[in-house]
Amino acid sequence: MSYLNSQDIHQFRNRVLALNGEDVSRCIQCGKCSAGCPISPEMDLQPNQVIRFIQINDPATVLKCSTMWICASCQTCSVRCPEEIDIAKIMDSLRKLALEAKVPVGEEKVVKFDEIFLDSIRKRGRVHELELVMKYNLALLQPFKDAHLGPVMFARGKLGILGHKIKEVRKIKEIFKNSRRIKQSES
Amino acid sequence: MTESSHDENIELMTYAEVVDVKGFVGNFDVTIRKKPRYVDMTKCTGCGLCIEKCPTKVPSEWNLDMGLRKSIYKPFGQAVPNVPVIDTEHCLFFTKGRCKICQKLCPAGAVDYEQKEELVTKKFGAIIVATGFTQFDPSAYGEYGAGKFKDVITGLHLERMLDTSGPTGGHVVRPSDQTEPKNIVFIQCVGSRDESKGRPYCSRICCMYTAKQAILLKDHYPETQSYIFYIDIRAAGKNYEEFVKRAQRDYGAIYIRGRVSKIYEKGNKLIVRGVDTLAGRQVELEADLVVLATAVVPQPDAIDLAKILNIPYDQYGFYTEAHPKLQPVESVTKGIFLTGSCQFPKDIPDSVATTGAASVRACEILSKDELVLDPKVAFVNPDICSGCLNCVEVCPFNAIEPIVINGKTIAQVIPTLCHGCGNCASTCRTSAANVQGFTDDQIYAQVASVFEILKKENFLELSE
Repeated sequence: MSYLNSQDIHQFRNRVLALNGEDVSRCIQCGKCSAGCPISPEMDLQPNQVIRFIQINDPATVLKCSTMWICASCQTCSVRCPEEIDIAKIMDSLRKLALEAKVPVGEEKVVKFDEIFLDSIRKRGRVHELELVMKYNLALLQPFKDAHLGPVMFARGKLGILGHKIKEVRKIKEIFKNSRRIKQSES
Repeated sequence: MTESSHDENIELMTYAEVVDVKGFVGNFDVTIRKKPRYVDMTKCTGCGLCIEKCPTKVPSEWNLDMGLRKSIYKPFGQAVPNVPVIDTEHCLFFTKGRCKICQKLCPAGAVDYEQKEELVTKKFGAIIVATGFTQFDPSAYGEYGAGKFKDVITGLHLERMLDTSGPTGGHVVRPSDQTEPKNIVFIQCVGSRDESKGRPYCSRICCMYTAKQAILLKDHYPETQSYIFYIDIRAAGKNYEEFVKRAQRDYGAIYIRGRVSKIYEKGNKLIVRGVDTLAGRQVELEADLVVLATAVVPQPDAIDLAKILNIPYDQYGFYTEAHPKLQPVESVTKGIFLTGSCQFPKDIPDSVATTGAASVRACEILSKDELVLDPKVAFVNPDICSGCLNCVEVCPFNAIEPIVINGKTIAQVIPTLCHGCGNCASTCRTSAANVQGFTDDQIYAQVASVFEILKKENFLELSE
């Protein structure tokens, strides 16, 4: 049983609207986003349900679900939506809101992966696969999960020990700095 | 309405009802009971002084008992003709024999307590039935508490409140404490699309008027929030879908797909328990006002009128058209046409369209000197008719009447009423009644010739 928040039923809708300009009240709940989503079977809430919970002002349910973390941002939903709602964009905003709200994240692994991936980029301008795999598996407390693949990939030159580094790492660092500054000015 | 009252080719007979219809297309004899209104229509100027000074006050039917009217009254401001009527059940003169204020004050001397009921019979060429509908009594849903909880009202109540000349002067208030509501819950399909209430049909108008009311409420009271529980939104009409979308997007109406199961009181609020099937969970809402979109149902006396007019009706009491696609405004009985919601629930554009169609169909009959009829109708051979009149009993169209020829009573078919169904022919014990083109002799001849052919082609032997 849940009471709809009758104080301001549009609060969450307006927050998403302010964040990315997408108005979920346009959604007619046809379900085409969920119908076309290639990874919807893995999600605990279907994309259209996520939109529905924004419509009826239930941020608690939305921000703890796994949907936006599993979302691959392939944008099939956005392209096919009859109301031209950019659902992938909404998913992006929801990731941001979930991190800000510091709620238990629906898919911890994805967040960890993203952090390690970006860390690697920040340092070298390119991803260092070996480092990524090892750090990620260590973070998940299963350090030898992919160990059997290592020698094969190594032999084929798919894994470098030191990793590559681009010429102007400074510029990459500038991008990270700028994006942090934008984020801070927003909040 | 006012325009029709001024037209010289239109005679309005208000406060009157049809009591009997005889005859057939182009030749109807209609008996009309003119009820006494106790005000002389030829003298009354419509000044309204009598209404102003009348000392009695009774609940107004027009405002669904939410306001008061006088005993001498007009149902509503723009009523045509602009002549009041006296309600004898409440008038002090008719109940207690005193008062007479209206008669004393009337500057035209139009009030006449001696008026009597009048029966007039007139000839008409065609009849258009436009008796409309009434709304379903929501007290059939005990779980919604209509009638029990004051703040559970119907869409029509809200409509009266939104009217600037209505009982609240255009202000929407909770009937219980006259305060403005903040959260308003609309419930669709109350009585419609419900087999358990014997009404599986869609009432067709509720989706749109609810969207309109949600828009008006937000427009008049920006603080309000509307919640609409629905099964499906049926916005099939020009610009209808866009209108509903406007209610959702621009006026913030929250549409919740699912039925409400129960309404109960908690303090001065109503708790509405329903389901959001799109979210897949139960929801509860605190509402200040609940508006039920009650079903469109036929007038309570629709079947009585159908019997007077001799037109068929369906299991709900809506009048049946001759053909659902090709003759949508014609009744099966020739010369009688249907329009508006007496046929099935219709919105305003549909009612206007069918009224235009029915009028033209009626004019078509009136503009001709002779009518072309289907030749396949019944006839009675007067030489062998025994006069048992069994055929009169079985005829569904009242197309057979007894006549007296040379002192002997026999049956006679009125060809304009007959549809050639053959009931009389199969009932007639002397084979006097037959359908043209399908007499017993003709059918026997057809059967005989079929057997001839079969014999010739050796089919009979083969089948054995």
